[in-house]
Amino acid sequence: MPVPFPFSAIVGQEEMKLALLIGAVDPRIGGVLVFGDRGTGKSTAVRALAALLPRMRAVADCRYGCDPRADAAGLCEQCRARLESGPFKTRSVPVPVVDLPLGATEDRVIGALDLELALTRGEKAFEPGLLARAHRGFLYIDEVNLLEDHLVDALLDVAASGENLVEREGLSVRHPARFVLIGSGNPEEGELRPQLLDRFGLSVEVRTPEDLPTRVQVVRRRDEFERDPAAFTDKWRRKDGKIRQQITKAQAVLPEVGVADQALEQAARVCLALGTDGLRGELTLIRAARALAALEGEPEVGTAHLRRVAAPALRHRLRRDPLDESGSTARVERVVQELLA
Amino acid sequence: MEPAPDLGPWTEAALAAALFAVDPVATGGVALRARPGPVREQWLADLHALLPAGMPRRKIPLHVADGRLLGGLDLPATLRAGRPVAERGLLAEADGGMVELAMAERVAGAPVAYLCAALDRGEVLVEREGLALSSPARLGVIALDEGAEDDEHVAGALLDRLAFHLDLSPIGIRDLGDGPYTAETIAAARDRLPEVHIAGAQVDALCAAALALGIASLRAPVFALRAARIAAALEGATEVSDRQVTLAARLVLAPRATVIPYVEPPETEPEPPQPEPPESDGESKSEIEDAPLADQVLEAAKAAIPAHLLAQLRLGGGRRQRARSIGKAGELRHASLRGRPAGVRRGELRPGDRLNLIETLRAAAPWQRLRRSEKGVRSLFDNENGARPKIEVRRDDFRIQRYKQRSETTAVFIVDASGSSALHRLAEAKGAVELLLADCYVRRDRVALVAFRGQGAEILLPPTRSLVRTKRSLADLPGGGGTPLAAGIETGLLLADAVKRRGGTPLLILLTDGRANVARRGEGGRAQAGEEALAGARRVRAEAIAALLVDTSPRPQPQAKALAEAMAAIYLPLPYADASRLSAAVKATAGL
Repeated sequence: MPVPFPFSAIVGQEEMKLALLIGAVDPRIGGVLVFGDRGTGKSTAVRALAALLPRMRAVADCRYGCDPRADAAGLCEQCRARLESGPFKTRSVPVPVVDLPLGATEDRVIGALDLELALTRGEKAFEPGLLARAHRGFLYIDEVNLLEDHLVDALLDVAASGENLVEREGLSVRHPARFVLIGSGNPEEGELRPQLLDRFGLSVEVRTPEDLPTRVQVVRRRDEFERDPAAFTDKWRRKDGKIRQQITKAQAVLPEVGVADQALEQAARVCLALGTDGLRGELTLIRAARALAALEGEPEVGTAHLRRVAAPALRHRLRRDPLDESGSTARVERVVQELLA
Repeated sequence: MEPAPDLGPWTEAALAAALFAVDPVATGGVALRARPGPVREQWLADLHALLPAGMPRRKIPLHVADGRLLGGLDLPATLRAGRPVAERGLLAEADGGMVELAMAERVAGAPVAYLCAALDRGEVLVEREGLALSSPARLGVIALDEGAEDDEHVAGALLDRLAFHLDLSPIGIRDLGDGPYTAETIAAARDRLPEVHIAGAQVDALCAAALALGIASLRAPVFALRAARIAAALEGATEVSDRQVTLAARLVLAPRATVIPYVEPPETEPEPPQPEPPESDGESKSEIEDAPLADQVLEAAKAAIPAHLLAQLRLGGGRRQRARSIGKAGELRHASLRGRPAGVRRGELRPGDRLNLIETLRAAAPWQRLRRSEKGVRSLFDNENGARPKIEVRRDDFRIQRYKQRSETTAVFIVDASGSSALHRLAEAKGAVELLLADCYVRRDRVALVAFRGQGAEILLPPTRSLVRTKRSLADLPGGGGTPLAAGIETGLLLADAVKRRGGTPLLILLTDGRANVARRGEGGRAQAGEEALAGARRVRAEAIAALLVDTSPRPQPQAKALAEAMAAIYLPLPYADASRLSAAVKATAGL
């Protein structure tokens, strides 16, 4: 695995970085979609995030890395069975950021019989797939718009239920699989199916910066990194560390961040004005605003928080007008200007 | 100041080969646009001679299977050994070397994405057939683009990751010569490369030039930077000279240009280049503004923009809009029995599905030992007295052949942007096109856009699914000039033909008032022009292409009506064409 580019050294792309951090603070946000131009560092940002995430505790000898603090419903079968016999032994593990490479076959994504055991010993054993590996972490799909339909369907199903159910070869396995889905892609190479679009909590549009100083800075940092990755990473270690602390703190205070009725009302009004379908938009908007407040160490969600996350939380939920070139972002911004002044 | 280098096309191509040979990974590779022939052979042979002996080189054929490209389970070896044996894919085999992508202009979708991922990460991740592998794959790609037509290009995502885009087509055999490079000079340059230093101002100049040329992707200046460094190393220097910077700009930036920068004559105050001016030049902490190097780099790059590209740019097209989009794999309708085979999927065998026997047996093979040892589970092929067959196939093994139905519709809009139309109806015609586009969107059709005015017709947009791009091209469409109706129909027919050849179904939608007054040769003359337009229309009928004619004149015109009849098109006068009528007409025409 090559050394990842430091997260804090990424120039600009504030919305993308914020969305990723929000996803790290509150996994229930439901995933982040990063869509945009080529060469804007979409993959770089996700891989950088992976290197940044604070470690977490997991049940010591659990192959799914169950959360020791989870209740019975959130545990795998083995852990559930042991729940009675006192507290778990735990270990510190990195938050998994699992790549779902294009061309992956269904058996590897969902899990299947362990080929090695079957061949060498003639035994039937379950070999967990990528979904199991991504449990409590991130599942990253680059070029998500090129993913095969049947894989997308399987993913959506699991992402929605938080549980993966495998039935094959007479094997019946059920294990928790809660992950933050991160998808990236370039709309020019094909649009995303609307069903998939809707499942993402936040959606970010990335553009190449068009002003020269920013572009120069991007190229220079890239060059510096390539010349000496270790030294460059060292140089940014402290800033990365700060962001890591920020995430840890935010995760801790998140349950205490309050949402006043006024904020709820504002969120509802924005969604109503935009005509978003269902309640998911409203819910995501509030959740994202809470995570943002937590990141900033604020005790309560304010209008400013809502304003900042409105576009990523709602722009992909608008009834689609394929010809409205001003795009959903502009529509969201218009409404935000009016209602959240 | 050193003068900007002026190289012949062959020298330039040879230089690109040398730069690539020094560092295939950092340069990503070369998109080589050329028909197969002695020139391309020579270029490749020269390149091979420059690469170190023993460097892995692999060829990727057009219809390479995923398993071969990425790697997967080596079934014969697995069965022989009785344990999973992984087979390395082409990409992993080429680690530390290069791959040649054959007929790169026709490669789209998944293989492009695999290549891009390998180029980005320097490794291949495989999650296939019970195996999870990651193998290093640091490589360079030579994309052999044999595209003959303007709309045939290497997929944009791949192109973006290759430093050099060479077009060998203007080079003749007589231009070939021996390059000054040998495997030894290349090796020496490779050793020297880590020490080569580039000045901050030079980086700024390359960034500025990329921006002024309208190159959005930030990979371009990064590649230019690397190319400049390698060029310096190649010449035995450890400091990049300005000449090497301009050279890099010519090689890397010029072929990517989407706009022609406007550079004022030197005496006057330089104006920001159009149409994407760098806004905050003034505040920049790097001394970019008025830097003579920046101008020099830009000038060099500009001089190297190929002439045909210049022509395209002037017409307002630009590469950016012409870049062919590759379709999303899932968007193609998957028919169960017709079309091109498109992989297999695991699943229940339902009526109308076709079993892929080989894949099913492949899927069953590794599990045989396990199954034989199991008692009490009946195989699908157990015979009456309980004897087991040689091979146990179970429901889980079923692999069903999937097909891509390639009969998607491509709606080719031919829009009359001439003066007579523009006067009253161009805006309305645009509105009508938009209505139709919305309809195409619903049906997931592809859309192409042809406009004709003045002297001739032009493909504004090759078939695409991006409605936003279509709408943008439409919005930028200027009006005015004569009505070269015949040229418009002809261009539309050409596109329709291309669509057909790819297995699609074209649908022509002509928006005009039917008053042709420019003949195919670009000369005026109503009679001649009308005659030719009718001839074109008859060809549409002869080729049995579904067509729809929207009359854009304020009152329905007999000419337009006649034209519609000649091409067996549905005739729809615009004054009566509201959204629902247009939609209904398209549906009727397309036979949906």
